[in-house]
Amino acid sequence: MDTFGLLAEGLLAALQLQNLIYALIGVTLGTAVGVLPGIGPALTVALLLPVTYRLDPAGSLIMFAGIYYGGMYGGSTTSILLNTPGESASIVTALEGNKMARKGRGGPALATAAIGSFIAGLIATLALAFVAPWVVKFALAFGPAEYFALMVLAFITVSAAFGDSALRGLTALFIGLGLGIIGIDLQTGQARLSFGIPDLLDGIEVTTLAVALFAIGETLKIAADRALAKEEVLAVKGSIWMTKDDWKRSWIPWLRGSAIGFPIGAMPAGGADVASFLSYSAERTFAKRPEEFGHGAIEGVAGPEAANNASAAGTLVPLLTLGLPTTATAAIMLAGFQQFGLQPGPLLFTNNASLVWALIASLLVANFMLIVLNLPLIGLWVKLLTIPRPWLYGGILVFATLGTLGANGAMSGRLGPISFSFELLLLLAFGILGYLLRRFGYPIAPVVVGLILGPMAEQQLRRALAISQGDPMILVHSPIAITLYVVAAAAVLLPLYLRLRGRGDVLGQLASDED
Amino acid sequence: MSAEPVRLARRPDGAALVIAAILAGIAAVIVWQTSQMRVPPIQARIGPTVFPYIIAAGLGLLSIGTVVSAFRRGFPPREDDNFIPIAWIIGGLVAQLLTLGWAGFSIGTGILFAFTAKAFGRGPLWQTIPLGVVFAFAVWFIFAKGLQLSLPMGPLERLVP
Repeated sequence: MDTFGLLAEGLLAALQLQNLIYALIGVTLGTAVGVLPGIGPALTVALLLPVTYRLDPAGSLIMFAGIYYGGMYGGSTTSILLNTPGESASIVTALEGNKMARKGRGGPALATAAIGSFIAGLIATLALAFVAPWVVKFALAFGPAEYFALMVLAFITVSAAFGDSALRGLTALFIGLGLGIIGIDLQTGQARLSFGIPDLLDGIEVTTLAVALFAIGETLKIAADRALAKEEVLAVKGSIWMTKDDWKRSWIPWLRGSAIGFPIGAMPAGGADVASFLSYSAERTFAKRPEEFGHGAIEGVAGPEAANNASAAGTLVPLLTLGLPTTATAAIMLAGFQQFGLQPGPLLFTNNASLVWALIASLLVANFMLIVLNLPLIGLWVKLLTIPRPWLYGGILVFATLGTLGANGAMSGRLGPISFSFELLLLLAFGILGYLLRRFGYPIAPVVVGLILGPMAEQQLRRALAISQGDPMILVHSPIAITLYVVAAAAVLLPLYLRLRGRGDVLGQLASDED
Repeated sequence: MSAEPVRLARRPDGAALVIAAILAGIAAVIVWQTSQMRVPPIQARIGPTVFPYIIAAGLGLLSIGTVVSAFRRGFPPREDDNFIPIAWIIGGLVAQLLTLGWAGFSIGTGILFAFTAKAFGRGPLWQTIPLGVVFAFAVWFIFAKGLQLSLPMGPLERLVP
């Protein structure tokens, strides 16, 4: 069947009442967490995983994708009205968006962000539908050696290519890889690095690590911040609607942002934050009135907001077709697939075609829901910004521990007469790790990606070496693998060269921090 | 950045040296634990020990890199963090950890909620702990009764049939 047929069938499935409800829950939650400072889509999906494992797989995955899309929409609201990005992909939006809001043009800023997100989401989701089958055809020819090369490339782009230091990015990645070794080796059944603790035999849960690093680490960092300025929420004054001039200045950045964002997300080249930053520089270069940049240029909101949504859709290409997560949110969505016994990759498109296409189609549906949720109901979301911090972070920690207990509530630890939950102890330890990583300027996403992708890379490596009977030359046997290694090497060396030439600050702003 | 960059550049970043030592320590633990594994000879070449050794080697190299970075002051400047709120939050998590088993979800989590609020400057505890317990009980009711999540029970939870 051709792509149109498959997509139409998926659309029928997505329009079933049950899936519509899941999508609605997803986009609503996603918008809310995008708006709230301090929690992003990665954390939300991680928290929801334990709650959803009894639900229908298709419905849960539709919900997760809705959260991802919604988070990208909601983040812009916080950036524009509060100057504190709700998630890292919206940092750039704050540059121009907040200036617009200060000038009383908050309404048009929010509108161009929402409409831009909608258009980009629509284009990028359609691009996903048409690119994915093509990648699948290509990926079916991949052997273990090529998969290993692909994962090495993903490791490099996630950790070393962006951010202000390749050293710290790689260190974060290797911490994740090290955590990935813990537990029983699947091929031989031998315990590794479990120190005789039975709870460690199953390995470290991705969700526990992600919740700890994102929720607890972030809460600790924010609580420790002395210079926490009293932020004022700017009211949306005047008309929310864009003027004719706004439309004229926005539509090209929307399209340009989509064109920049989708490939960045699709070729494991960093997350939405990278895409939005590149789009911002592109808009500044092409602007007819560059002097307005820094003082509230609408192009600087329209482009990056389109780019971050397009790249969120782009990220789903490697995730669905190759099983390769390139952002923290994608890594946790991969854990979500695995929870339901599904392994994303080329085989998913043949074995679970209906689920994949329902998921892709429901992204289109979610996109329509989001524009409705975000334009007329904007006032409601702004109210979320007024929740006092003590209650907000208290609540975040309550739900963080709830999710962890829900996943594994066994009271298996003992301290004298008191029994405690070992999983919560891990949560606390990783939470402190998350704080330290933030304090010393280490990125977070590589740790999560390393934990989930490390064991998969090991499996492919051992499979490849088993086929060649131990000859490591098999790893560079095929042109595809060699190409992937060359790209990976370039991804390390090019930023190094830029840093040496004193352009490091540009890369520093591209730091892949969260989602 | 600083008025005396030359003098600063000579003094290594102490915290970065500690990080380097920790990375080297983790690498050593991985090597030590992996060397203790008994691997059947047939798998010796590509068995379960290869990958841990690769990671330990990587961590070792990164540790050396971190030492170099410490001497070159390569780390971003650190903010002057306030550790008192951190102590409150960690204290709340530890208190929850130790009370959940016998006092149940609501009481343990209520304490966590109140301690976190305290970290963000909202008190006093005798007001926020009851508030937290009520909130946590509502959460428990929704998730344990509505979504059948298995959460630790205590005296409060047993009141609900």
